[in-house]
Amino acid sequence: MTDTARDEGQDAVNDSARTPVVIVDDVKVDYRVLATGKRLGAGASRLFERGRATKTVQALKGVSFIAYENESIGVIGSNGSGKSTLMRAITGLTPVTSGAVYAKSRPSLLGVGAALMNELSGERNIILGGLAMGLSRKEIESQFEEIVDFTGIRDFIDMPMRTYSSGMSARLKFAIATAKEHEILIVDEALSVGDRRFQRKSEARIRAIREAAGTVFLVSHSMRSIRDTCSRVIWIEKGVLMMDGDTDEVVKAYEKSQNS
Amino acid sequence: MSASELAEAHGLAKVGGRPPLHHYLVQVWRRRDFTISLARFRIQSENERNRLGMLWVLLRPCFSAIVYGLVFGLILAASRPDNFVPFLVIGVFALEFFNSSLNQGAKSIISNSALVQSLPFPRMVLPLATVIQQLMNFVPTLALMIALTMIWGARPDVLWLLLIPLLAIFFVLNTGVGLIAARLTVHVRDLSQFIPFISRMIFYTSGVFFDPMNIVRDHPGLQVVFDWHPLYNILAIMRGILLPDYAIPEQYWLHVSLWAVVLFVIGVVFFWQAEERYGRDD
Repeated sequence: MTDTARDEGQDAVNDSARTPVVIVDDVKVDYRVLATGKRLGAGASRLFERGRATKTVQALKGVSFIAYENESIGVIGSNGSGKSTLMRAITGLTPVTSGAVYAKSRPSLLGVGAALMNELSGERNIILGGLAMGLSRKEIESQFEEIVDFTGIRDFIDMPMRTYSSGMSARLKFAIATAKEHEILIVDEALSVGDRRFQRKSEARIRAIREAAGTVFLVSHSMRSIRDTCSRVIWIEKGVLMMDGDTDEVVKAYEKSQNS
Repeated sequence: MSASELAEAHGLAKVGGRPPLHHYLVQVWRRRDFTISLARFRIQSENERNRLGMLWVLLRPCFSAIVYGLVFGLILAASRPDNFVPFLVIGVFALEFFNSSLNQGAKSIISNSALVQSLPFPRMVLPLATVIQQLMNFVPTLALMIALTMIWGARPDVLWLLLIPLLAIFFVLNTGVGLIAARLTVHVRDLSQFIPFISRMIFYTSGVFFDPMNIVRDHPGLQVVFDWHPLYNILAIMRGILLPDYAIPEQYWLHVSLWAVVLFVIGVVFFWQAEERYGRDD
């Protein structure tokens, strides 16, 4: 951890003027891995490990920060640095080994693809995806037309999703995922999908969601979109928080380390 | 000020903590629309994949009944139970509901890891949806079972209404079993390879193609085992309801209800206890 990060952290704790919405307190996430590289089951008992060499991989080695209301926080770091693990820990989807995450409401990842079924029509998938995200049937019905319009694939909405091109199913997923209002939102860069026109549309949609949401985390490798949208950046490398602060400063330091 | 004090001062709650059981169950109840749609859409999705679609739900138990009927009908020629065909049909069809609940329930978390890792919802939704899906498949199977027993001489009777409470008990039992299996395979993944053997074991011991009471005559010590074998209890009651040659063993209602309630309660608590672990990658 650099001094900058520590100072920021201390300042943050003493800063009583702003309202914290997410507090990440010394979060560590370990994976136990067999020497063969095979991951062990979460609760695999000692019995099954005996005689097999295990290794602990520390995906996060104690990360702390506080996110405040209305902040847009960029999360950067090279591949495998622990960005996704951190984001999943914030949503509660990956359990932490030690430390804790506190949040005002449960942060949500913008992604619904895993809930959808390829054999079913776009229409049914809108219902299913909406329910999976926690919308009620009524809410889905009232937004249904809007979602279909946004996908721009109205003519195909009765066809099974497996007949869609990858761009079409990405649009459908995006339209479903963004149908819900989020107080704390995590956006993964991979979401800007489809052709140029749809990309512009989806960027505008993300901006609107960001404005409606209290706090947004944007995970991205694109420094352009980080600079465009974030007021603060968190840089993670090898499970350690390298830097946390002003976008310009952190992005510069990160780019310098990437080029060296 | 420490992080937890700060969190408390601003009313932030810990993420990923397991809610108390009653809160958890309220959350599960709120997701009932999702649970049922998941079950329904999965059936539709599976039916899309095969040309014969929904018909396979009926054909599968028919084919097993034919195979078991031919094999064991010949082997057991002398000791075949009375009214063998409907006897066997009831056994094979009903066990299909149990076995699919156990086998699919065991996979309900591990084969949905992408879903578990991308969206927050009480995980109990997944095994519940799986067992509901099996129930939805079982209802037409049950109708076919009744139709077949009628071909072999069964006649509609007021007693048949008893199938409704029996089905409810059966569903509760399977839900309990599905929940237990769903968590066990998360801890010991290899168990999913082993579970088919367990379900086969149960299949062969529950009197699908033989009448345990014939065995008990020679081995009186086994009486208590079969009297408390939950699947045999269900089959015996079902045969008592549908087949004129068989009587309903009254005390089995109590036995199987006890099994159902106990397994269900254990299943719910046992599954809930590991709620925060289901997200883990492995």
